[in-house]
Amino acid sequence: MTISAPRDRGPAIRVQGLEKSYKELHVLSGVDFDVAPGSIFALLGSNGAGKTTMVRILSTLLRPDAGTATVNGFGVTTEPVRVRESISLTGQFAAVDEILSGRENLVLVARLRQLKDPGAVADELLARFNLAEAGSRKVSAYSGGMRRRLDIAMSLVGQPKVIFLDEPTTGLDPEARIEVWQVVKELARQGTTVLLTTQYLDEAEQLADRIAILHEGRIIANGTLAELKRLLPPAEVEYVEKQPTLEDIFLALVGKDDKVGSSKDQP
Amino acid sequence: MSKHLFGDTAVLLGRSLRHISRSPDTIITTAITPVALMLLFVYVFGGAIKTTSDNYINYLLPGIMLIAIASGIAYTAVRLFTDMKSGIFERFQSMPIARSSVLWAHVLTSMVANALSLVIIVLVALFMGFRTSAGPVEWLAVVGILALFTLALTWIAVIAGLSAKSVDGAGGFSYPLIFLPFISSAFVPTATMPGPVRAFAENQPVTSIVNTIQDLFAQRPVGVDIWIALAWCLGILVLAYVFAMAAYRRKIS
Repeated sequence: MTISAPRDRGPAIRVQGLEKSYKELHVLSGVDFDVAPGSIFALLGSNGAGKTTMVRILSTLLRPDAGTATVNGFGVTTEPVRVRESISLTGQFAAVDEILSGRENLVLVARLRQLKDPGAVADELLARFNLAEAGSRKVSAYSGGMRRRLDIAMSLVGQPKVIFLDEPTTGLDPEARIEVWQVVKELARQGTTVLLTTQYLDEAEQLADRIAILHEGRIIANGTLAELKRLLPPAEVEYVEKQPTLEDIFLALVGKDDKVGSSKDQP
Repeated sequence: MSKHLFGDTAVLLGRSLRHISRSPDTIITTAITPVALMLLFVYVFGGAIKTTSDNYINYLLPGIMLIAIASGIAYTAVRLFTDMKSGIFERFQSMPIARSSVLWAHVLTSMVANALSLVIIVLVALFMGFRTSAGPVEWLAVVGILALFTLALTWIAVIAGLSAKSVDGAGGFSYPLIFLPFISSAFVPTATMPGPVRAFAENQPVTSIVNTIQDLFAQRPVGVDIWIALAWCLGILVLAYVFAMAAYRRKIS
């Protein structure tokens, strides 16, 4: 199957006046934002801010109560099939099949996407995600980081235009986290639009071209990091000793602060 | 979208069958309790039970097969529930595939797994002295009724799998179904039971199915029982399918 071409040159994702309630609870109460093609957009918010609800609506798993959302030019409620052809979802919990091997997982997704040579697609992604060696092993024997990489690899099968990553690094150790960051940056470099949700401020700071802060069902700020910084009073110059963060120390001690791509995995 | 239904179902069926081939214990577990019951009733209680057949295992086997199916379908609920918990269900739902293929793959897997369990049980029964004069037509009828019964109960399992809150809940719904054959003509003729119990036993689905299969194995005329059995199976199937699809739509909308 060929991936649906975008309808126009407009934004990759456009959300206007989106509302969603569960009974009395207003999860989203009028959300608007645009995501430019090929950019990384971070939806930042604390637990329960509505990030996952937002992602579920955009990936056609949930219907909004009001408002519109288009992905790759297609309405999520009016043309859900075209939307599904354009996207991939990597949910909060690694959506991998534990009983199958890593390679079988990728072949499965490639078959469901009607690709020509599922085996070759799988091998190419295994190599790209440093999983070639582990490819024939059962996923239940994978480490958390390997599982997440396989999860993201499965989302790349068929080269979807837009990728949703719902809290992609929650529960990962610092090394695995940096690995995921590398992958996300690489995706955007190749022109894929990435919408990711996160509750980690440094993650948004590291990755995103634009950051939107979702709070109590509304976007309370939306801009580049520089623009968001300007919302606060100008910085005062203070002299403080530069202390290494615990993360710096941890990474220095385990010797993984250099290139992440060359790391070897311990399952 | 439905143009992919068969292809997508086939791919997902391949996935589930791989699960089964990697944990064949689900097949063995499904077969082991019915086989134990068969041993118990033939070699312990059987001598004291008077039935229409002089070879008690010939009388017993149909009911044992229904018990096996009733316990085997619980795995479908558990597998479906596990899929939904793990997030792979949402991955499938957000992909350009025929959405109901996810359910159909689980249903067909149940058919295959239960068929394998039944083959084991019939082989053990043959070893224990089960004999039938049934020809190909009768066997075909037996297989057909068992398949229909499995399909109907599997759709009940789908409802349980979709609406369960825990793995135990997903598997636990089948206990009443497993118990049903005990209050039927599966182990002893209903004529020996006291009034109200007999009334229940004679008017619940299992008895008509058991009677039909007993008659087919013995090459007796099946009479009206086969139509009652088919009506029960089809009725349960249609109801369960409608409720399962409603539960599914609630899940994915």
